[in-house]
Amino acid sequence: MNHDFASSLTLIAPELVLTGAGLILLVWAAFFGDRHATGISIAAVAALAAAAALTSLAPADGGDIFAGLASSDAFSTFAHVLIYFAAAVAIIIAPRFFRAHTPGGHGLMRAEYPILIVFAALGMGLMVSATDLMTLYVGLEMNSLAAYVLASFIRTDTRSAEAGLKYFVLGALASGILLYGMSLLYGFSGTTGFAGIAAAMDADFSGGLVFGLVFVLAGLAFKISAVPFHMWTPDVYEGAPTPVTAFFASAPKVAAMALTVRVCIEAFGPTTFDWQQIVIFLALASTILGAVGAIGQRNIKRLLAYSSINNVGFALVGLAAGSQAGVAATMSYMAVYVVMTLGSFLCVLQLRDANGAYVEDIARMAGLGKARPGLVAALAIFMFSLAGIPPLFGFWPKFLVFDAAVRADLLPLAAIAAVSSVISAFYYLKVIKTMYFDEAGDDAPDWDRASHPVESGLIGFTAAIVSPLGYLAIPALAFVSGNAALALFP
Amino acid sequence: MIGLTHYLVVGAILFVLGVLGIFINRKNVIIILMAIELILLAVNINLVAFSAYLGDLVGQVFSMFVLTVAAGEAAIGLAILVIYFRGRGTIAVDDVNRMKG
Repeated sequence: MNHDFASSLTLIAPELVLTGAGLILLVWAAFFGDRHATGISIAAVAALAAAAALTSLAPADGGDIFAGLASSDAFSTFAHVLIYFAAAVAIIIAPRFFRAHTPGGHGLMRAEYPILIVFAALGMGLMVSATDLMTLYVGLEMNSLAAYVLASFIRTDTRSAEAGLKYFVLGALASGILLYGMSLLYGFSGTTGFAGIAAAMDADFSGGLVFGLVFVLAGLAFKISAVPFHMWTPDVYEGAPTPVTAFFASAPKVAAMALTVRVCIEAFGPTTFDWQQIVIFLALASTILGAVGAIGQRNIKRLLAYSSINNVGFALVGLAAGSQAGVAATMSYMAVYVVMTLGSFLCVLQLRDANGAYVEDIARMAGLGKARPGLVAALAIFMFSLAGIPPLFGFWPKFLVFDAAVRADLLPLAAIAAVSSVISAFYYLKVIKTMYFDEAGDDAPDWDRASHPVESGLIGFTAAIVSPLGYLAIPALAFVSGNAALALFP
Repeated sequence: MIGLTHYLVVGAILFVLGVLGIFINRKNVIIILMAIELILLAVNINLVAFSAYLGDLVGQVFSMFVLTVAAGEAAIGLAILVIYFRGRGTIAVDDVNRMKG
C-alpha cells in the first residue's frame, strides 16, 4: 500500500508541479499585483515546461495512479505534452494583446491570466489521465471554471462579459448533463471506475446504462463543441479575448477529445457498435455544419470557430472507426490541428492598425497582402493546411482518419466528410483571396507593420511544422500516436 | 415503502425541470443559475440513492465533490453576472445578444 502511494505520487508529478506552481504564483500575484505579471508569466511557462518534461520522462507503462483513479500511460503522456505546449503558447502571446486593451495602450497584463491558464492546464491533465468518473469530473470542472473566467477576462468589454456568461451557462448545462449520465452509469454498474463500467456493460447493456452512455456522450460532445452541441462556440470565440480564443481552440479541445476517446474505448469498449452510431452522427453533423456555417461569416474569429467545429468532426471520423488505427489517427489529427489553429490565431493577433486596435472584420483585410506580405503568406499556409490541401501537413492527418474510416467499412462517412472538406476549402480560399487580390477599400485600416520577435518566431515555427517540412516528423508522430492508441487497447 | 425508483423519479423530474428552466426562461439570468443548481441537486439525489441502494460509499463521496464544485460554479457564475451587469445595466436573457447566435 505504501509503495503504491509513493509510486502514484511519482506518476502524478506533473500535476503536483502545476498545483504547487499555481498556488505559489497566486500568492506572488496577491502580494505584488500586476507589476509582476511578466515574472509570473515566465514562471508559469517554466512550470508548464517542467510538467511537460516530467510527463515525458515518466515510464510509458506507468499504470494505475491511486488504485485506479487515474492512469499514466503513453496516451495520457501524448495528450499532456500537447496541452502543456498549447497552454504555454497561450501565455506567451497574451501580454501584447492585453496591453493594447488598457487605457493608453501601455498598461499591464493582469497577473491572474497565467495562473488561470496553469490551473486550466492542471485540470486538463487530470481529464486525459482519468480512468474514473470522479477524476474525470474534477478535472473537467477545474478546466471549465478557469475557462469561464478567462472568457470574460476583459471586464470592461461587454462582448467579453457576454462570452463569459454564455460559456458559463452552456458549459454548466453540459456538465450537468454529463454528471447525470455519470450518476446513471454509477448506479447501474455499481462502480465509477472505467474498467468496472466496461465489465458491467459487457455483462448486460440495458436501460440505465444506455441512458448513461447517451447523456455522457452528449455532455462530452458539448465540451468538444461537436454539432448539435456547438451553438456556444462562435459567440464565445468571437467575444473572448483573442489569446483566450487561441487557448480555447487548442488545449481544451485536445483534452476533451482525448477524454472522449478514453471514455469511448476504455469504459464503453464492449458496446462499440452502439456508441459508434452516435459518434458517426456527431462527426457527419460537425464536418458538414462546420463547413457550411463558416461560409457567411464576416468576423475572422467566428470563421475560425466554425473551422474548429469542422476539424473536430474530422477527428471524430477517426474515433468513429473504433479501431486502434482510428484512435491513433484521431490523436495525430489533434496534434497537427493544435499547431495549425495556434498558428492561425497567432496571425490574427498580428492584425492591428497603427493605433493598436485589433481588426477582426474580414472585408477590412482587403489589400493586407501588400502591407504585410510575410504575415499573409503564413496565414495562407495555415488556411490551406486547415483545408487539408496536399503539399501541406494538414493533409496527412486527414488522410489517416479517412483511411481508418474506410478500413472500418465506413466508406459513406469518409466520402461525405471528404465532400465537406471541399466545401470548407471554399471559405479558407475566400479569406486568402480577400487578402491578396481584393483592392483595399476606404475603410481599410492603416496597418501596424511592426513585428514582435517572439510572436513572429512562433508563427515561423508553427508555419514550418505545417509546411511540407512537417512530413519529416511523420515517423516520430506516427510512433508516439501509435503507442498512445496501443495503451487504450490492451 | 419508498424504494430506489421513487428517488430516481424525483431526480429525473428535478433534472428535467432544471433543463427546462434554462431553455424556457426568458426573464433573467439569476433563474438560469437556480436551474443549474437544480440539475446538480438532481444528480446528487441520484448518487446518494444509488449509494444507499448498492451499500457502496463511493456515490456519497462523489456527491460531496459535486456539492463543492457546485459552490465554486455558483460563485464564478455570479461574478461573471456582476461584470456583465456593470457593462450592460441589465440581466434579462433577451438582451444577451451583442453577438448573433
